[in-house]
Amino acid sequence: MRRGLRLGFRRRYGASPLHLLAHLVGFAIVAVALDRVFSGGDMKELLVWYLGFAIAHDLVFVPAYTGLDRVFRATIARLPLRTRTGPPVINHVRAPVVISALLLLIYFPLISQRNDRWFFDLSGHYPTQYLRNWLLITAVLFLGSGLIYMVRYVHARARPAR
Amino acid sequence: MFWRSPIRGPWLTSVLGTLLVPAITVIALTGFIDHWAHYGNDSVGPAGDIPALFHFTASWPSWSYAATQGMHVTLGMMVFPLVLAKLWSVMPKLFQRPVIKSVAGALERISLLGLVASVLVELATGMCMMQDWTPGNFNFTTVHYYGAWLFGTLFVLHACIKLPVMRRAYRERGVLKPMMEGVSQTKPEPLDEGGLAPINPAAPTISRRGLLAMVGGASLTIFAVQAGESLGGPFRRLALLAPRGRVFGTGPNDFPVTRTAASAEITSAMTGTDWRLTVVGARSISFSRQQLLAMAQSTRTLTIACTDGWSTTQHWTGVPLATLARLVDAPQGAILRPVSLEPGVTSAALSSSLYSDSRSLLALRVNGVDISLDHGYPARVTLPDVPGTLNVKWVRELRFEAA
Repeated sequence: MRRGLRLGFRRRYGASPLHLLAHLVGFAIVAVALDRVFSGGDMKELLVWYLGFAIAHDLVFVPAYTGLDRVFRATIARLPLRTRTGPPVINHVRAPVVISALLLLIYFPLISQRNDRWFFDLSGHYPTQYLRNWLLITAVLFLGSGLIYMVRYVHARARPAR
Repeated sequence: MFWRSPIRGPWLTSVLGTLLVPAITVIALTGFIDHWAHYGNDSVGPAGDIPALFHFTASWPSWSYAATQGMHVTLGMMVFPLVLAKLWSVMPKLFQRPVIKSVAGALERISLLGLVASVLVELATGMCMMQDWTPGNFNFTTVHYYGAWLFGTLFVLHACIKLPVMRRAYRERGVLKPMMEGVSQTKPEPLDEGGLAPINPAAPTISRRGLLAMVGGASLTIFAVQAGESLGGPFRRLALLAPRGRVFGTGPNDFPVTRTAASAEITSAMTGTDWRLTVVGARSISFSRQQLLAMAQSTRTLTIACTDGWSTTQHWTGVPLATLARLVDAPQGAILRPVSLEPGVTSAALSSSLYSDSRSLLALRVNGVDISLDHGYPARVTLPDVPGTLNVKWVRELRFEAA
């Protein structure tokens, strides 16, 4: 009888009663927290922030970088690179690009001097060196990735082909 | 199908999720510690609009707040690549058909929308705050703090619900076994109920360990360009992208500030020879800077740490606050409210256990010379193990008030 009830619940709800209970408790806390979050500013604006971030990430950011990666893959597949003698080049380009892009994503307020007046007021200095530093780090990342590739290349050639 | 990466599947998502659990836990705990430090009972919060949840104790080493807050900010930045990789790994789920399978499925979809939205808002607000940039018209503390409750709740819920999926992935694929596979040995995972593994997989271009190495490399790079502003000393120069990563000289006053005298509208006229410190207790005494310097001085190595995550450790010399409390017969258990020359600023009150700590000073000198105007000349408060804002600069009055 109890087993029947449980199976019936699962069929109608789609998961165990515990799943429902956990979600109800979770949503109750979320409701209180969300109410408090909205007390920190204009509710509509904050709602736009929250939903905007989720939508921008899922429907713009991820498809965009996935598409870029495909274009990049198709391009290097067409290039007359003699990669057959060594390990594939692709990830030695991807890694520095991805890391550099992440740094830009995180530090863009400083790199693009979005807050320079405010920053100057607080620290007494204009944040002028960050673009240069980011370019420098990007160059080092490419250099490092290239060096690792060279080591792998030499290593692969030194070993007899299987 | 659009999502064709052969490395997507329950195992990869489980590994990324497993790595996120300790990272998020440390970020959350250090974040809550920061909140207690600001709004705990030992230092009555300046805003008072957020309820104090826990007590804050000043009996820890003087750098423990610097350590936890540095960890909060640095790890918060380092977790970016991991979060983005985790979201990448589950993208096919968003487009799964049917959109809603059951009531349970609908609830999960709603909770996942909240989870993704709130983690991105937490990362974005933290990242902007760290760089002194406020893009929107909202209160950072309220949104970031209650946003953490929002995110934390959904994170715990999600981790609990996905625990069986994770255990199954590790049981079927091995915890570390897929890490042994290079690009050429990388095979797609079998189709799973959750729809993570690709139906129509492309040829592999990166191994699973390759992706994890990229994520780890990104996190380490962020650490390298960020952590120096919290570690200070010789490491500060390495923080190439951190807002307080610059070193401007080797002089005794050449360490960073969060606010300059100019931004606080402090002029040299306000801090000239006419400056007097008024200490108010059961009676009131006024001191000139010379008189303060003539009193018994105490030198302490104290770390000033900002909520932004940066910190600096210097040798401060001045009069212990406890001495001043005795001189004016401060009532037993009185709170101390330092008043700054800075117009329109009311500081937080300090509890008696905090100002009675022998390390708590009214500092007049730093590293053997007078403190500079930007660092709070003529006198500033320096305290052990508290958020930087409590180290009030340009002090003109110390009020010991009955609690």
